[in-house]
Amino acid sequence: MEIKILGTGCANCKTLEKVVMNALAEMNITANVEKVEDIQKIMGYGIMRTPGLVINGKVVVSGRIPKIEELKEIITKYNN
Amino acid sequence: MNYKIIKLSHFQILLLPFWYLVYHYLEPMTNWLVFDAIGMTKGEHLAEALWFFIFEFPKVIMLLMLIIFFVGIVRTFFTPERTRRALAEKKTFTGNIMAAMLGIVTPFCSCSAIPLFLGFVEAGVPLGVTFSFLIAAPMINEVAIILLYGMFGWKVAAIYVGTGLFIAIVAGWVIGLLKLEKWIESWVYEIKVGSNNLDEEQITINKRILMGYDAIKDIVGKVWLYVALGILVGAAAHGYVPEDFMVSLMGKNVWYSVPLSILIGIPLYSNAAGIVPIVSVLIEKGASLGTSLAFMMSVIGLSLPELVILRKVLKMPLILAFVAIVGIGIMIVGYLFNFIF
Repeated sequence: MEIKILGTGCANCKTLEKVVMNALAEMNITANVEKVEDIQKIMGYGIMRTPGLVINGKVVVSGRIPKIEELKEIITKYNN
Repeated sequence: MNYKIIKLSHFQILLLPFWYLVYHYLEPMTNWLVFDAIGMTKGEHLAEALWFFIFEFPKVIMLLMLIIFFVGIVRTFFTPERTRRALAEKKTFTGNIMAAMLGIVTPFCSCSAIPLFLGFVEAGVPLGVTFSFLIAAPMINEVAIILLYGMFGWKVAAIYVGTGLFIAIVAGWVIGLLKLEKWIESWVYEIKVGSNNLDEEQITINKRILMGYDAIKDIVGKVWLYVALGILVGAAAHGYVPEDFMVSLMGKNVWYSVPLSILIGIPLYSNAAGIVPIVSVLIEKGASLGTSLAFMMSVIGLSLPELVILRKVLKMPLILAFVAIVGIGIMIVGYLFNFIF
């Protein structure tokens, strides 16, 4: 699974990364987590609010930090 | 699972009358606590200061929680994506008015100013209209509205919203007229904005309510300390600092006080929660409404960190033009209110 965290280095982006890591650890899923900090690349995903979360090329969250339970549901839904 | 949700909503319905009861009886409860339970004497400095804090702090926090909850729900309906669609290709002036109003309700954080700016420009939102949004979004802040309402009443809160809208609309409109597009960094136009169908997702009403609670936790959790400190300063000044302390510095007859307050306000960066209680102290101690309003708008509307962020997409002349135009707008408002009141 490919996970990308979009954000220009704001506090919320770091929090999102932490929540994602925790969710993955609790679910025992290994994924390729990459941070995207380049604004041009971020805009390529068409989001207007950071942080953004991309799973397997699809934007699934933007502008908020989901709770870990919600994040697990999201990961399950897009992990295939 | 379903049962749990139903139980929760029953409990929620009880919260509102409970809120009302506490809010309604806050003043007699404070009276009882300070003058009967602790046994202080009415009129004493310390008693008055203590009373002020014990009454004002819960009052303001309760107002914040209630209104942030509803604002949080309203905001789930206004995404930047929808706002952009509403503003794309809009004529100036109508577009400026819409952008300023949408700036109040669309969720915005200055850390997202760049992606938002790029998204707007790419979608064909005119530069001036984009600026009306970027000016209104931080300057007309819901926390500031609630605090002003709680401390001064609805008139001052309405003046703040009205003048804030006025500045955002006119400043954006002027920036549009001046055709400053040449001062946008050229890479902005080369960027390829992708598309996603995020905003098509349907949100259930249950989830919107939960997002309202999240907003309370998020915002009140962030600002309560500033509110407490601000009111503490207010309480201390309440009993001890002379009433006319600020008259010679920020009174309406000091002609240079408005521009000076704005200049001081730009490098100062505070959230609305911290600045409003301080402004209330200033006004109580003789600063005029116009000067205080100008100071507050400058602190929260023109902030150095946001200018630094915007510098990535705007060349220096446009940043300066932006500061100058908004600054002049705030100055007009300041003088106007010093003149009227």
